[in-house]
Amino acid sequence: MLLEIKNLHAIIKSNGKEILKGIDLSINAGEVHAIMGPNGSGKSTLSSVLAGNPSYEVTEGEVIFNGKNLLELSPEDRSHEGLFLSFQYPVEIPGVSMSNFMRAAINEHRKYKGLEPLSASDFLKLMREKQEYVELNNKLAGRSVNEGFSGGEKKRNEIFQMAMLEPKLSILDETDSGLDIDALRIVAGGVNKLKSSENASIVITHYQRLLDYIVPDFVHVLYKGKIVKSAGKELALELEEKGYDWIKKELGE
Amino acid sequence: MVEESYINIYNKHRELLQTTSAAPLDAIRDEAFDVFCRMGFPTDEQERYKRSNISDVFATEYGMNIRRIEIASTTAPYKCDVPGLKTHNFYVVNDIFAEAIAKDEIAELSKLGVVAGSLSTVAKEHPEIISKYYGKIAPHSSDVMVAFNTAFAQDGFVLYVPKNVQIERPIQLINMMHADFDLLATSRNLIILEENASAKVIICNHSESGHKFLANRVTEVSLAENSVYSHYEISDSERQTTNIGSLYVEQTKSSVANINNITLRTGYTRNNIRINLSGEHAETTLCGIVIGDEHDHIDNDTYINHKVSHCKSTELFKYVMDDCSYGSFAGRILVEKNAQKTEAYQSNKNICAKTTAKMYTKPQLEIYADDVKCSHGATVGQIEDEALFYLRTRGISEKEARMLLLLAFTNDIVEKIDIEALRNRIKVLIEKRFRRETHKCTTCNSCHN
Repeated sequence: MLLEIKNLHAIIKSNGKEILKGIDLSINAGEVHAIMGPNGSGKSTLSSVLAGNPSYEVTEGEVIFNGKNLLELSPEDRSHEGLFLSFQYPVEIPGVSMSNFMRAAINEHRKYKGLEPLSASDFLKLMREKQEYVELNNKLAGRSVNEGFSGGEKKRNEIFQMAMLEPKLSILDETDSGLDIDALRIVAGGVNKLKSSENASIVITHYQRLLDYIVPDFVHVLYKGKIVKSAGKELALELEEKGYDWIKKELGE
Repeated sequence: MVEESYINIYNKHRELLQTTSAAPLDAIRDEAFDVFCRMGFPTDEQERYKRSNISDVFATEYGMNIRRIEIASTTAPYKCDVPGLKTHNFYVVNDIFAEAIAKDEIAELSKLGVVAGSLSTVAKEHPEIISKYYGKIAPHSSDVMVAFNTAFAQDGFVLYVPKNVQIERPIQLINMMHADFDLLATSRNLIILEENASAKVIICNHSESGHKFLANRVTEVSLAENSVYSHYEISDSERQTTNIGSLYVEQTKSSVANINNITLRTGYTRNNIRINLSGEHAETTLCGIVIGDEHDHIDNDTYINHKVSHCKSTELFKYVMDDCSYGSFAGRILVEKNAQKTEAYQSNKNICAKTTAKMYTKPQLEIYADDVKCSHGATVGQIEDEALFYLRTRGISEKEARMLLLLAFTNDIVEKIDIEALRNRIKVLIEKRFRRETHKCTTCNSCHN
């Protein structure tokens, strides 16, 4: 098993509010899991907690990733172990160029694996190759990280980074938000190209729309910090049709 | 009283000071000394010196080399590595201009009509130049650090660029503090660009380890009509070193000044930078980078005076303060009543990397004209948690991520450096500084042994 989440509880450090209230989820290599749910149900918190965002504190439960206790690892080591988070709101970092950023990231990954740093020419070659996955042009290398990027470019940039780092598990947090249909197709195309029997993805989304492009094996509904329903891809269509009220009714609310 | 010992030294050695110096320097020496006696060293009770008690700095007993004995070699060059940059190199060791090793450069520049070299020598050989400018730009009557410098100054560096002469290669002046005892150096520089002249000057302030040094340096810059001047002052000294610098720039019509002050490392720094825009269409850019850690104290006090119309000034200072360092920025911009159509922009941005670091900022815009474009802003912040987390999720360690963000923070100023080789060198030095690595130049071991 690639990822196993058992009874995960987490709070916001600053105010102590509990957001995740006992999540259980298992993911195998080769699978795509969609997590859906109404606003405020804890979808983004789950992705932040898995990536190691220091604003949250895990109060209960455990997460085993690739045989390791994920919660004991720093955010950078989670990345080295093969976890990747595509941010809902990618952060703008003026003054840090994409090439410096990615070179630092790639070389730290290599160091973790005991490999020598990539030469400048091999690195540029790799960057050019991976840019094509999401149709980003070759000016990317010199631009500051996400600074002045359009909404679509930011999301394509996330998938580009994913292509560079070749993670075992990708968490795509509302990668479809703010995308027009063309950008959505490009982003989904990139994700599909990277899919293999060795890796897995968690796709967090509000809408069925993205799941037409990235077809999930499982769909989970997250509500009030818990997974309340899991089924195959048909669940997404049902949610699209009936809305979340239907789930709430099922839960007796 | 801290001043007393210096007053005694002056009274005791007044004749000696005069016999070792040239007439133009002596002409205002007594006058300046009287100002010093009357005003005394600035203390933190004075508003402008609230963050730097200069009186305390001078309370340490330092030696002064009034007899001009050779206390350090002035023949071995202290060469700084700037790969790919060929400069006209000059050295001031403590407060003595290293003449023996400057001969070739002086001769080469003189072919262009440029007068360069020792203040003391040039004052003897070209008294007309020194008399015309010396003490005319930096006011010893109202600035006590200038007064103190003027009272004790015997030497320093002079650059005189005549009309229509452009010096292609940058001039590099290396100020090196080097002695086997605690030493106070008083050096004085004079840089004059006549009409349509241009020059780039790089000043490096360094010190040897092992002793306490205090340098009180004054640099006067006169920029005539249409002259173009770039000034890069970089301080990378030992922690036991104190630098007090006064830079006075007088700009006339359509002159362009690009002034940069970078404090990479020095225990205690106070810089006074004054720029007078006295001729229409004069333009000035004033940039600064400060990196402080441990118990460093860095205080920049700047003042740009828009005296006439149609001038433009852009000022940008950035500080990165770590550990228990103490930073201060005061930026005053005065737009006088007749200075219509002035453009004046000021920005001071600071990062305190730890909660123990302190930063004080005081932007001050005083506008008496009514048709102007002016802005100012100051921020003190921390490294952004969001950006740090974003970088870490890509596998970049916290330490490396912090460094990337700090480099990015200073990057916009570094990118403005208009000498490519120097820009690349400064990038490397700043990165090493943030990594807390020392650096060594190939031909000189003076810094950070």
